[in-house]
Parts: sequence; C-alpha cells; structure tokens
Amino acid sequence: MGIVKLRKNFHQSKWDEPIIFELSTENERGIHVPPVERDIEESSGNLETLIPESIRRKQPPSLPEVAQLRVLRHYIRLSQEVLGVDVNIDIGQGTCTMKYSPKINEVLVRSRKVTEIHPLQPEDTVQGALEIIYNLDHILREISGFSRFVFQPGGGSQALYTMASIVYRYHQVKGNTHKDEIITTLLSHPSDAATAKVKGFKVIDIPPDQETGLPDMDAFREAISERTAGMIICNPEDTEIFNPHIKEMTSIIHEVGGICAYDQANANGLLGIVRSIDLGFDLGFYNLHKTFSSPHGCGGPGLGAVGVIKELESFLPIPVVDYDESGKKYYLNFDLPNTIGKVREFYGSFPVILRAYAWVRVLGEEGLREVAKVSIINNNYVMKKILNEVKGASISFPKTEYRVSQVRYSFKKLADEAGVTVEDVIRRITDFGFHLWTSHHPWIVPEPFTIEPTESYSKDDLDEYVEGLKTITQEAYENPERVKNAPFNSVIHKIQDMSFFEDPEKWAPTWRVYLRKHRNQEVRK
Amino acid sequence: MEERKRKVYPYIPNSYEDVQEEMLKEIGVKSFKELLDKIIPRELQYQGSLNLPKSFHSEYELKRFVEGVLSKNKTCEEYICFLGGGIWPHYVPAICDEIASRGEFLTAYAGEPYEDHGRWQALFEYESLMAELLDMDVVSIPIYSWGHAAGTSLRMSSRITGRKEVLVVDTISPERRKIVDNYMEPYIKIRWIKHDAESSQMDVDELKRELSDKVAAVYFENPSYLGLIETQGKEISEMAHEKGALVIVGIDPSSLGILEPPSHYGADIVCGELQPLGNHINFGGSLAGFVATRDDEKFVKEIPYRIFGIAHTTMPEEYGFGDVAFERTSFMVREAPSEAKEFVGTASALWGVVAGVYLSLMGPKGMQELGEGIVKRVNYAIKKLSQISGLKVPRFHSFHFKEFVVDFNSFTLSVEEINRRLLDYGIIGGIDLSKHFPELGNSALYCVTEIHTKEDIDKLYNALSEILGVN
Repeated sequence: MGIVKLRKNFHQSKWDEPIIFELSTENERGIHVPPVERDIEESSGNLETLIPESIRRKQPPSLPEVAQLRVLRHYIRLSQEVLGVDVNIDIGQGTCTMKYSPKINEVLVRSRKVTEIHPLQPEDTVQGALEIIYNLDHILREISGFSRFVFQPGGGSQALYTMASIVYRYHQVKGNTHKDEIITTLLSHPSDAATAKVKGFKVIDIPPDQETGLPDMDAFREAISERTAGMIICNPEDTEIFNPHIKEMTSIIHEVGGICAYDQANANGLLGIVRSIDLGFDLGFYNLHKTFSSPHGCGGPGLGAVGVIKELESFLPIPVVDYDESGKKYYLNFDLPNTIGKVREFYGSFPVILRAYAWVRVLGEEGLREVAKVSIINNNYVMKKILNEVKGASISFPKTEYRVSQVRYSFKKLADEAGVTVEDVIRRITDFGFHLWTSHHPWIVPEPFTIEPTESYSKDDLDEYVEGLKTITQEAYENPERVKNAPFNSVIHKIQDMSFFEDPEKWAPTWRVYLRKHRNQEVRK
Repeated sequence: MEERKRKVYPYIPNSYEDVQEEMLKEIGVKSFKELLDKIIPRELQYQGSLNLPKSFHSEYELKRFVEGVLSKNKTCEEYICFLGGGIWPHYVPAICDEIASRGEFLTAYAGEPYEDHGRWQALFEYESLMAELLDMDVVSIPIYSWGHAAGTSLRMSSRITGRKEVLVVDTISPERRKIVDNYMEPYIKIRWIKHDAESSQMDVDELKRELSDKVAAVYFENPSYLGLIETQGKEISEMAHEKGALVIVGIDPSSLGILEPPSHYGADIVCGELQPLGNHINFGGSLAGFVATRDDEKFVKEIPYRIFGIAHTTMPEEYGFGDVAFERTSFMVREAPSEAKEFVGTASALWGVVAGVYLSLMGPKGMQELGEGIVKRVNYAIKKLSQISGLKVPRFHSFHFKEFVVDFNSFTLSVEEINRRLLDYGIIGGIDLSKHFPELGNSALYCVTEIHTKEDIDKLYNALSEILGVN
C-alpha cells in the first residue's frame, strides 16, 4: 500500500482569469485565414457582387481581438481551473462512471486517419472506420446478448429517445394504437421519463418500496394494462440495488404485448456478469463515454449505443454497418424497412467508438469481468468505510446491505444534527481537491450524495477520499460555519446570490447581457 | 511456490489478489463470489463465456493493430475532398487541438461551479462569443447536432405559440429532414414548402398559401443544404409574423462573417452546427448543435438544454457561474404537467469549448476573411467548371456560399461512376443528390472552403473534363 494522505494544504489553481472579451485589443490577431489567390480574386470579383446588399453583414461581429499566445494562455489557465479524471480521484460523481480514459486511445483518435475522413466518402475509402464500427457492434452483441447495435445517438438521453421512438414505431407498425403508456421507475434517470413524453407517451413512474428501495411491485402490477406500450427502466437504479424481480417485470410487460427497454447507464458492475437478454429485455443501450472509457469531455461527445433483439432490428435508425462476404467489404446498410429514420446526422461519434473498441481490445473477456468485479469490490468497500467512519452519513434503503457499483447515500443525519447540508459538504470537499455530487431530481433520498468508485481507483485512492468526507463531517459537527461558508481553497468563493440564475431581470446567460444588465454597457461595437 | 497466473491490468489498480482479499475481508465476505451472490441472484448471473477477440497484452500491440486497421482509410488530406453536406472540411487551428486535448477539459464531466470553474467559464464564453456572431442574447450549451437543435427549435415554437403545425422548406439536408420528421412525431405536423425551381430559394407564394393562424413557425436554412443564400429572409419573417408564427433559421456559422445574422431579418430562434468552428470532420463524429434566442423569459424558459450564466461570488470582483433557470430542464422537472420540455443530457460540450477557442482566435476580421475567402473560391469553382461543355453549373441561379449543385444530366455517366473515377485523380467528388433530390436527376453537391486552392479546383476541372470526355 502507498501512503494515504489527505491534502489539507491543497489549493486549486486560481488564475482570476478575465472573460475573453476583456482581453481584446483592437487589431490584434489570433490566426490568419488562407488568403485568396490573385487568379481567384480576379475571376470572382468583389464581395459586393457576390453577396447582395440586403443580406451582406454590415457590422462585423463584436468578437474579441486577441493575439495567439494570449488565447492559448487564457484557455490553458481555464483548463487548470478544472478537475477532470486525469487530475482528481473522481469517485464523487456517482452515476457518471468516471474512469480512466487511456491515453493511448487519445493517440489513436488524433490520427489523421480518423480526424480527416468524411462520412460521405465512398465506402471503399473508409473501410478501416467501418470495420471498427462493425467489430464493436459484435463485441456489444456478445456482452448484452442483443442481435445488433447502432451508434448514432450522441449520448445516453438521445439513446433513450431512440428507444422510445422504436417502441412507438413498433406499436404503430403493429397497429396497436391503444398502447400509449410507458412504465418507468421514479429512481430511473429523469430522461427515461422525459424522452418517452417526447414521443407522446403517458409516463407512469413506479415509486420505490420504502423498505427495500426496489420498485413497488404492487404499484407496478396495478399500472399494467392493455395500454402499456412498454417499460423503460434502469437496473440497477442509481441506488444500485440489483432488482431481483426484473425477470418477472419483463415477463409481465411481455404478457400485455409491451416492449422492454433497458437503460444500461449503470452497466459497469454487470460486464460479463449479467446479460441484458437474460433479464428479458428487448432493447437497451450502453454509454460508451461512461462504461466503455471514452472521456466525458465536459459533457460530451457522448455516445449511447442502442442494441436490439432480432425482431426489432428493422426499426433501428439508419444506417447500420454490415459486411458483404462476397465482395469482402464493409458497407452501410440503409435497408431497414421499419426504421425510425434518424436521431442524429451520420453514423455516430467515431472517435468515441474507436476509444471504446480499443479499450475492450486491451481488456478482453477476462478484463471486462475484472472491471465489473473490481468496481463491485471497490464500491462495497467504500460503503463499509463510509458507514463506519463518516459521521452523519447513511445509505438509502439500508435493508439492502450490498450494492453493485455505486451507492446513493444521505447526509440527512448530518443536516439534522449539525445543520450542514449536502450542498455545503459539496463546496467544502473542493478544498481538498475532490468533487461530490448529489443525485438527480426528485430527491427521493434526502440530502443525497452518490459515490461510484469505478475500477480505476486503488484502495489508497478510496481511503483518501473517505478520509476527506470524514474530516469534513467532523468539522461540520465542531465548526459548522466553516463548512457552510466554504470553499476557501477552490477556484472561486461561494455564490450566494442565486437570483443571478433565477431572476429574468438579473440573469446573464452571455457576456453582452451581463454588461447590459449589470454594468450598463454594451460589448464593443 | 505456485506461480500466479492471474493478469494484473494497468487500467485497474486493484486487479491483484492481495488487495482484493483485504478489501473483501473489510466488506465482511470470504470471496467475491459470496459478495456477488448477495447482490445478484445466482440464476440471473451469466455463466457462459463471451466470444470476444483475444486481448492485447501491451499498448504497443494495440497501437500497431488499430493503426493497421485505420490505414485502410483514405483521408481528405490524401485526396482533394469536395464533400460537405452538414459536416465540412475546414482548417482546424493548432490551438483548437491543443485545448481539445487538455486532459482537464477532456476528462471532466458535470462538476460544480467551484472545482470546475474553468469549464463553466469556457462554456459561458462559447455562449457569449456565439451570441456576438449571431447578434442574439441567449445561446444554449451545445446539443447533439444541428438536426436535433432544429427539432427542438420547432418544438419550442409549438410550445410558445400553442400551435401544432410547422412549415419547413424542402431544401433542408436529407439527414436533418429524417431527424426532424421523427422528432415532431406525434405532436406536430410538418408541411414542406417547395423551393423555387430556378433560384432554389423558398417559394414564397406557396408559403403565403400555407401560412395560417395554425402555424407555429416557419423554418428555413441560410445557406441552404444546396448551398444557396436565402435572400428573402425579411419577407418570409414579415409574412410569418403577420400570422403570429415564429421564424426559425438554421445556419452554418462559418458564413456569419459576411452574411447578416438571422436576427437582423426577423428570426426569433436560430439553430445550427458548430463543427465548422474548429472541429475536425471525424467521420461525422464532432457534430454539435446549438439553439439561440432573445433574452425573453417566454423563449428562454422553453429551451430544454442547459444555459450557463455569470454571477458574483461573496468575494468582490470575482465571477462565478451557474445554470440559468435550471428548473426548465428535465434534470429538475421529471415531467412537465402538459407536455415535456424535451430532455437534456450528455451531448457535445467539448466541441463548444473548441468553438469558443476558434472564435477567440479568428476575431471579427478572421470570420470576415473566412467567409469572403470561401465565397470567392466557390464562385471561381463555379466559373471554372461551367467551362466544361455540357456541365450545368451552377444548377440554380442565385447567390452561393460554400456549396453548389453541379448538374451532370447531359452525360450518360452517373455521379456515382464519375466519383469512382475521380478517385483515380486523387479527388473525392461531391455528394450524389440523385437519391434525396430525385428532381435534380444526375447531380452532385460540391463543397469548397478556405482549404481549397486554385490548383485543387483546376485539378477538379481537368479531371472532370477528362472523365466526361469533353474540352
């Protein structure tokens, strides 16, 4: 074991960096554009003849004028004011599966053979890219048991929307006009409900049983009827209690002719251990930017790879990638008769696909199982430590003693006893170089926080993080004001006046609005 | 001593047995199997094996293998590429790559305004820079793509006006058309407005006939998928507003150094694609859409995506950031009472950071020179190719930005065959339009940007002349 040391003297980079507009100096240039050659200039004539006056821009955009090094310095400084996985022990961002994104994969995606290929090139010229998409599809088929995957959705929520669209189209094709309800659970991701609403479904949220935390089976049975179009659900939900009734639930849905869609955002602890198909699901998605190691990029590029059973293949968004045995080449197959059409242009975020593929190729079957195993061990280890050592913390639905790969905890006791909320702890923990997150809404679990110690962290890392929580909660009981006024060593201090975000008279979603509302100025014209 | 055969994984620190045993002991179980059985019923655990390819032991083997597969790709640098159609080859400044690959931005996610301050500021600045380019006050955090943003803009218009019908010009990209089709279903009916056969601009007579007090919005693109500049924006807006409908314009931001922003000719909502602003083409993998509107509560509250805003902290002269009107989003409201305000989730934030870097580098002059350089090259290309007898170029008689239709109908060779032959000249030809615009017959959509030189265009001219057997 290495040394576990809580960084009590930590201080994050604080550059006090101005807004980019404040760095503008007239006539500075950041970069030049390739000049127009003389022959072209002479042949084409001047702009006035090429763009009619009515639509020609008269006033140039008020963008800042900044020399190259200053732009670079500005953004490097901003980057230093961010704690990504590369920098911190990022287990406090539960539900997000913050894991190591191997650097070799960044080398691969920066190849010109990736960055400089166009999706509409002749297929013969992009065989390498198509081969990788095809092979990742087959890998995901093995892991899930589904028959085919498509990579078009640009994130988990868009994958959920794709699944809702497939359920919708399926019933339309079958003539099931009466099927207009989707069952989900209150502890599934908010997008499970929201995307189904977009497709016009009435959404029924099954609440958790107060004792077990599992979906209330009586409420579930009661909600099922001939109107049930399907179920879109997480398992485990963000509480990470694996649902032992899941097969029963999928059977009940199938009995009324519904479709079962699996939100597999929480798949990290299930790789090689549970197959979606064996639970009775008809379709599901994996987040390649979470479970399959592609970095989160401040909130994307993401990718939700949607897989389906044979019967639903023809409903997938087009195109899919196939292999022509006779011609020995990969090709785009647009021939899916019941297709929902498209949810996003082209075929998916190729760099994300490539990273996921490279990640699986390093781990193989045994390695994927090791990912699941270690993420489960890490999680249950952290849970034990938090319950034993962190005063004021508890787990949701304590009757279920063990969890898959994350836990939703609660600081209700801390709030009741010390008057310190989870939001206060979240600010204070940044003073030790960590990050902590609450939960999605609604907060079924009061004062929630969610920790997901993926396979990427060592025992020492986990011990250090728990030490941080322990120190803060001790402090909360002894000196609550300290926690409430945090942070002190983060990039900025506490934002107290929330009217900046809530009051339309005050909110400033852009710099120009800020100048107008708060400084009575305009951006340089 | 028995030799340990278990592999230790560099990506998984706790993949050696001693530590696992110690941790399992702390947990209070004897083995992982025992723990697993307590979590997942045995009958639901998969007992079979996965038929996965053999893993690579070393990073070197992986690199060598993957680069071998990728080497089968031919790039738009090895060939002269004239493809656009929703994702366009532009020059990506080195600093854009430098910032996009910074580990902190790359591996951060949804952190708080404190420890991830830089992320909030970079994305706030992206919004603010786009706001200047668009001359509009509110810009969303990036979403999946232009297509999705167009879908949202149309749904917003329906929620704002309470109407259920939208009018969309039929020259929109075939990819976006499919996205929007699916996204309107089942709430909103789309009526497609024809384009003028000569100019390819919106047929305003048809628009006039179709406009009614049932119409929530009129949507058109500028420039259109076929590369034409819509010059009737003001007229369209007036017609729409007269009927109480909103005007939504989809744009390619690389045009806005020289074209009026749609807010100047009446647009209420603007959407578009950020890829041209410093993001590589990546086989279609760096798409990022945005929605912009005015600072009017009625409009802002209908944007389903995140919007970052600036605030003051408890320290004088210190800025902080946060979510503006966060309760609008599906993160906060599980289900809106009547109709969901769509959804939001992980999408394309990093490409927004890059777009901010790009606009900071380019400044007002750079954007103007970019637009001017593109338009001049396109017009040179049109003139040059029009010298090939039998070739009808431009197919439409109006003003072009960076794409134009080349009509090969007087030749027997199909666009597909022509494109196949162009490869022998080191050229990737334009998009075959025969499938999605059958009325244009044997035609192709060519794209020319600032990366193309006179020599590139002349090579295309020479190659086409030879392939078509003319001149």
